[in-house]
Amino acid sequence: MRKTSRIPNFRNLGIHLRVLLLHLCLLALLTVYDGQSGWNVTLWLNELARIGSQWAPPLLLVMGALTLAYPVISRWPYRLALASIFLLAISLTAFLAYGYHHWITPLATAQLWQLMLLCVADVLVCLYYLDLLQRAYSPAIAEARLQALQARIRPHFLFNSLNAALSLIRSQPQRAETALEDMAELFRVLMADNRDLVPLSQEIALCQQYLNIEKLRLDERLQYDWQLSDLPSEMMIPPLILQPLLENAVYHGIEPQSQGGMIDIEIRPSGNSLLLRISNPLPPRSDKSGGNKMALKNIRERLRLHYDLEAQLRQYEADQRYIVEILIPTRPLSEVVHG
Amino acid sequence: MAKQRLLIVDDEPLARQRLRDLVSDIGGYEVLGEAANGVQAIALLQHAQVDIVLADIRMPVMDGIELAQHLRSLEKPPHLIFTTAYDHHALQAFELNAIDYLLKPIRSERLATALAKARPLQPEQSQALQTLQQTHAHLSIQERGKVLLIPLSDVLYFRAELKYVTVRTREKSYLLETSLNQLEQAYAEQFVRIHRNALVARDAISGFEKQRISEGEEAGETSWVVLIRGIPDTLTVSRRHQHMIKAT
Repeated sequence: MRKTSRIPNFRNLGIHLRVLLLHLCLLALLTVYDGQSGWNVTLWLNELARIGSQWAPPLLLVMGALTLAYPVISRWPYRLALASIFLLAISLTAFLAYGYHHWITPLATAQLWQLMLLCVADVLVCLYYLDLLQRAYSPAIAEARLQALQARIRPHFLFNSLNAALSLIRSQPQRAETALEDMAELFRVLMADNRDLVPLSQEIALCQQYLNIEKLRLDERLQYDWQLSDLPSEMMIPPLILQPLLENAVYHGIEPQSQGGMIDIEIRPSGNSLLLRISNPLPPRSDKSGGNKMALKNIRERLRLHYDLEAQLRQYEADQRYIVEILIPTRPLSEVVHG
Repeated sequence: MAKQRLLIVDDEPLARQRLRDLVSDIGGYEVLGEAANGVQAIALLQHAQVDIVLADIRMPVMDGIELAQHLRSLEKPPHLIFTTAYDHHALQAFELNAIDYLLKPIRSERLATALAKARPLQPEQSQALQTLQQTHAHLSIQERGKVLLIPLSDVLYFRAELKYVTVRTREKSYLLETSLNQLEQAYAEQFVRIHRNALVARDAISGFEKQRISEGEEAGETSWVVLIRGIPDTLTVSRRHQHMIKAT
């Protein structure tokens, strides 16, 4: 699923944001020393704004052009692609400079040359920075990290479910069988190599099996409601994104309540993304079994490795309920990953 | 020999069922009752004499560790064996202090051994549980040979008087044998110190007022008092603690 081109993915929002940030830093550095001694924040900010406004038009134009050209460039050999990026940047900057010279203020020839030199240096720095970034998140390293992040099941859940299945063997052997079968399938997925994406429908089926097992233990204390609409079930998502969240919901939202409670699971398309929302009752204040941060942190990190900045995870409390929302872009992954 | 009587405390019906099955396999014991949490267990124990309690650790309303400490205020505390699937912290403390426990899924032989050597919780073991879990959701109060459980969320204020601490809820007052300092340390989140002799629940404060004090050492002076939600009582805020008015 990973693309092979070494050219940075200019269709990724994260790349654009990083390039903009890099420029902001560079420009800030440029303006720190303007030949005068002492500090004057107002002057400094004015200078930053002035340089920034000169720098922005060519920068944005080049970034826009690269976004459009990316599908073509990315198929070319690396050197050719690099050369074309330079050419594109230089010609667009030259075009803008000519326009400025012609319609706004005439520029000296030396100034034009200076401008071209700056443009080349800028592209060089950016490409070097993005290349470094890409290496840091190279497929090998990213995969190693993904592996380390594979979802871990709570021992609490494993042993309690085994205990529940054992207690069914005498009285209801058939229910015990189903329970053990569900567990086997759940653990097969948990122990599998989970670096590749899986169809959404598969993750949902897994979650249903998981809830069956929990239902066995918690009986009528555990209620849940699936709201699935217009599901792109063949859409691929990172495995075990939903299940750990359900496990959290059961552990923190249902188990500490003697009356139990309801878990709402909502999955639907939302704009260009798929929305997954899980909500559970807030645990009573006296519940001290903190530490759901691990699972959330884990999922957040995996989403970042798969989608960079394009996927979101947020959690909040509303109406006495704890809610976790994930947004995953519905576009094919190959257009998203920059690694 | 008479059969030993057991009480099974676990929030999962199937887990209770399994213990019942195992106990009847072993023989020589009688399961007197089942409870789904600590509060239910204490309620049952008020009326029935039980020899051994098998208690899960993680339960809603009142967990096993808190139950263990309230058991000690019973007239004849039963022996106690913890059952748990996994609880790293607790297990470490149990090992260290030789507190009896069984790991789920429980094996019949292990249960038999544990039941045979069950004994009441020793004071130092109870101390170890105390450090494992500083705060409780309930206070246990002994009254006429019975143990009353008062949810901490019902307590409006604590006031120290001579040897005891008065616990005030909306309906009643109770006497508790402890020190205000201990309560302050354990429940600093929910209660705030307003005077050398008083702790008030943060949620119970409905306002502050300047009043002339009619009794005690500071009689005649005016001072801030705390108004308590739902009851007409007022509590004096001492000069040393006046900064808490701004903080709340």
